[in-house]
Amino acid sequence: MADAQAGDAVTRLGPILLFSAFVVATCGLVYELLAGTLASYLLGDSVTQFSTVIGTYLFAMGMGAWLSRGVKRNELAVFIRVEILIAAIGGGSAALLFLLFDRVGDFRLPLYGMVLLIGTLVGLEVPLLMRLLKDRLEFGDLVSKVLTFDYIGALAASLLFPLVLVPYLGLIRTGFLFGLANVAVALGLLLMLPKGAQLRGELAAGVVVAAALVAGLFGAERLQTLAEVAAYQAPVIYADSTPYQRIVLTKAGGDLRLYLNGNLQFSSRDEYRYHEALVHPALGRVARPARVLVLGGGDGLALREVLKHPGVDAITLVDLDPAMTRLFSRSAMLTPLNQGALTDRRVRVVNADAFVWLRANRGQFDAIVVDFPDPTSFSVGKLYTLSLYRELARAIAPGGIAVVQSTSPLVAPRAYWTVAATLEAAGLVTRGYHANVPSFGEWGFILAAHGPIGDAVRLPPGLHFLDAPTLAAMSVFPPDMARRPVEVNRLDNQVLVRAFDAEWSRIEG
Amino acid sequence: MRSFDLSRRGVIGSAAALAACGPTGGMPGSLGGADMARGHLLRDAFGDAVPAETRRTGIAILGGGIAGLAAAWTLAEAGYRDFRLLELEDRSGGNARSGRNAITAYPLGAHYLPIPNVEAVGVRHLLDRLGVITGWQGSTPVFDPYQLVGDPDERLLRLGRWQEGLVPTLALAKTDHDQIERFFAAMASFRDARGSDGRPAFAIPMALSSRDPTLLALDGQSWTAWLDRHGYTSAELRAHIRYVCRDEYGTEPGDVSAWTGIHYFAGRRGDAVGDGDAVLTWPGGTGHLAEAMAARVAGHVDTGHVVGRVRRRGDGVSIDALDAIRRRRVRIEADAAIIAMPRFVAAHVVEGWEGSADGFSYAPWIVANVSVDRLPGGPGAALAWDNVSATSNSLGYVVATHQGLASVGGASVLTWYLPLSEMAPARARALMQARPLADWQRIVHDDLMAMNPDLDGAISRIDVWRWGHAMVRPVPGFMWGQARQAAARFAPPLFAAHSDLSGISIFEEAHYRGTLAAEAAMREAGFAHHSLLAA
Ligand SMILES: Cc1cc2nc3c(=O)[nH]c(=O)nc-3n(C[C@H](O)[C@H](O)[C@H](O)COP(=O)(O)OP(=O)(O)OC[C@H]3O[C@@H](n4cnc5c(N)ncnc54)[C@H](O)[C@@H]3O)c2cc1C
Repeated sequence: MADAQAGDAVTRLGPILLFSAFVVATCGLVYELLAGTLASYLLGDSVTQFSTVIGTYLFAMGMGAWLSRGVKRNELAVFIRVEILIAAIGGGSAALLFLLFDRVGDFRLPLYGMVLLIGTLVGLEVPLLMRLLKDRLEFGDLVSKVLTFDYIGALAASLLFPLVLVPYLGLIRTGFLFGLANVAVALGLLLMLPKGAQLRGELAAGVVVAAALVAGLFGAERLQTLAEVAAYQAPVIYADSTPYQRIVLTKAGGDLRLYLNGNLQFSSRDEYRYHEALVHPALGRVARPARVLVLGGGDGLALREVLKHPGVDAITLVDLDPAMTRLFSRSAMLTPLNQGALTDRRVRVVNADAFVWLRANRGQFDAIVVDFPDPTSFSVGKLYTLSLYRELARAIAPGGIAVVQSTSPLVAPRAYWTVAATLEAAGLVTRGYHANVPSFGEWGFILAAHGPIGDAVRLPPGLHFLDAPTLAAMSVFPPDMARRPVEVNRLDNQVLVRAFDAEWSRIEG
Repeated sequence: MRSFDLSRRGVIGSAAALAACGPTGGMPGSLGGADMARGHLLRDAFGDAVPAETRRTGIAILGGGIAGLAAAWTLAEAGYRDFRLLELEDRSGGNARSGRNAITAYPLGAHYLPIPNVEAVGVRHLLDRLGVITGWQGSTPVFDPYQLVGDPDERLLRLGRWQEGLVPTLALAKTDHDQIERFFAAMASFRDARGSDGRPAFAIPMALSSRDPTLLALDGQSWTAWLDRHGYTSAELRAHIRYVCRDEYGTEPGDVSAWTGIHYFAGRRGDAVGDGDAVLTWPGGTGHLAEAMAARVAGHVDTGHVVGRVRRRGDGVSIDALDAIRRRRVRIEADAAIIAMPRFVAAHVVEGWEGSADGFSYAPWIVANVSVDRLPGGPGAALAWDNVSATSNSLGYVVATHQGLASVGGASVLTWYLPLSEMAPARARALMQARPLADWQRIVHDDLMAMNPDLDGAISRIDVWRWGHAMVRPVPGFMWGQARQAAARFAPPLFAAHSDLSGISIFEEAHYRGTLAAEAAMREAGFAHHSLLAA
């Protein structure tokens, strides 16, 4: 395209160019707000996220402005290309970042990469616009007009974003919508170009981007779930946020998985290994496990194993979340897994906080199965303290036994042996063992009783994992899992949470 | 006779300044405080009118804060039955009272008690009787783990990130780091030091501290002057010291003596099996202990009794009070009186004590209890019991439900503290009275938001409590000067007992003063007893 022709075109395009300053400013700020909001959603700490995103964005805009000097001719064509690029990248940014969040090691990398890229492109816009308009307006007028539209656009964005866009459209669709505005500017300019000056390639690209954005706008609903699915590696078939936790079930092939707050609880492929290992070494050591207590385990899978023992008269199951126990007593998809254990007439379900319940409890039990979530926070960490184990010791009947799931002795040996040392500090005799559960890794358990814990275990028939030789092997701790000196975990030092966090972050990065 | 039949509403309701205000500016809450108008009633209002009723008792305890309750407890422990405790407010506990809502109990003032020193014999006895001490290993107490503050106990927001502990540790310049180390080493040697008389340099109760003149000389200079002289210039260190000073004394480091400044760091040698530096806390703060003490002596307590005049009569004491509940004047004839009211009140109502509060000044405090429907978080260290921001002028907040056992956090109450230490106390008290609830709420809200933007939308209620005379101020020269020492001296049949007399407003001091006074009164009455202060 000859420069003369282009100059001509620019003259005719004056008003629409000024209008595009407004659109461009609105879109630019929206992308910045999108990135900031997303970062604080996904990374937490809104103040830090917002200020670093905004800082990076402004810096990138400066780079863009500086780079604009490199554009020596063809400003209009460059401007149109920039618009199409911003439409594609900025418009798709929210969707892309959501999808990437759980797939990349460090989410900040794509986040700030994206912010830099969009910022640079947006930084190019206004200088280019000014140069396009410089011959139509005298300098003072030019600066004042462009900046006015720019600031009005910024105002519009900052009002629309929190009041209308986020509540009504959500982040992903907001992105697509403003991408469309950018591409509309590009297409508008392209269509108004004189016949001889047409830019076919740009036109085609603009149309493709616009079509993709429209598709995204309407398909966003699916994308939203896609983002959650991405986090779980398998289709989400059930999701519920209760006052206590987020319950998510996924299913791929024959594999049903339960996640609580994003942490895997079981995979139907190998949960039998976990639950057989959790329950039978304890119950098989009691002469007659008539009264059984299960703490945690609202999925009913441990219950299923407990019920395999003859002589069980009454089981009390204490789980925090009524939504969990309801789901696993009623759902036709889940009851086959626990074989309806939660509705067995011998089972009494109590929905209460285990510590509070145990402290008030005056009853005694022949066997107690303690299946709490891992000590990932100080509030859950309380369930592994000396104070809780003292209450636990009171609840173990003479001749009775307890078993505690106690994280992986391979990944977190300090954490594992802290549980043992703490149970011992409560006056109990302990005996550790471990089992391989493929979806978890090498997993650890600790038996605790008032007196010595022998080797003899009576296993009920029909188990898939445990037999005598396996049981014997489970008691062997090779050097990499061997006992080490640790402190007792107390309410006022919470050493377990600290050890657990340090050891697991070593492998999870 | 002009009736003294002041209506409960007139005297108490409005005075209580409790005036439960409805939602202001949309935020529900209330504005409360120590009952100033009941306090102001005092002597003038009593005149010479004839009392409607005259009662007799052996020992009258006037004021039911920790000191008064400790005195009552001590008498009860000794088997001395003939005593009454008169308390102006509707509930005993004084500055250690707590509040309660649907979520939890929470402190209105005092929130914790450090593990007591060996020499705090009386407090250890109390904690043993209340089951806070569950047993002894030899002569070392074992504390109930449920009452020791749970981990994590403290965190500090600095440079946009929460760190564990209140002493800055992250990204310190070398000079800051070195000065902090040097400072704490110096304080540790003060802690272990003994004076020429063989007593600990700094003890709790403070009365048991060494009288070594070189140590007492520290009382003559300001804390700031001492810090300057010893080259403690690091802004990070000074910010921490200022925080501690305001937290403990409600007063700026420039306004307290070096002796008191050091006392905070050097006075504690907590004695326990396990961690002696730990503290004890309860959802309602030390109000928990006040309530337990009050329960032990319940039959002896007359709340809603405003003591207006105390006179010596023959060998005994005559006390005029307003029974605000039955709306009439009562006179109590007693053999002896334990004056457990703050000094500025006592000086006003005890005949012959006019002017005896000269030299006593008081720090005003604001305490806000903020109901939240979810717990705060933030970048870095996880939520702790005590949460402080290095950039805020408030002292941050403690979490009332921290000691709870629930493994999933939900609604809670955050108790937020602000000593009005930056202006003269009288001006601050005037401001405190003038500022409406909505303004206080906005201040509290904005401060919390700056610390925890994640609380946006989570605050459902802000209740503001004003303490006009929250704590005695240990200004230079006060601890070891004439005024305090003279005020603390017993003048049978009057026995002064209040934390004011220690110059340091903490539970142990109030408790010590009450116990000491009760035992002196029993001695005077010739009542044989075993001392709770004897090791
Ligand atoms: C905001 C705040 C936070 C604090 N935090 C802590 C803490 O964490 N740990 C700690 O150890 N200490 C703390 N303290 C200090 C502690 O609360 C006090 O040292 C202690 O409670 C004082 O007890 P007291 O009996 O000496 O005095 P007060 O509590 O002042 O008791 C005096 C009593 O006398 C009554 N009275 C007054 N006038 C009359 C009258 N005319 N007739 C009848 N009765 C009258 C009052 O109503 C009151 O009940 C804090 C104080 C405040 C204000």
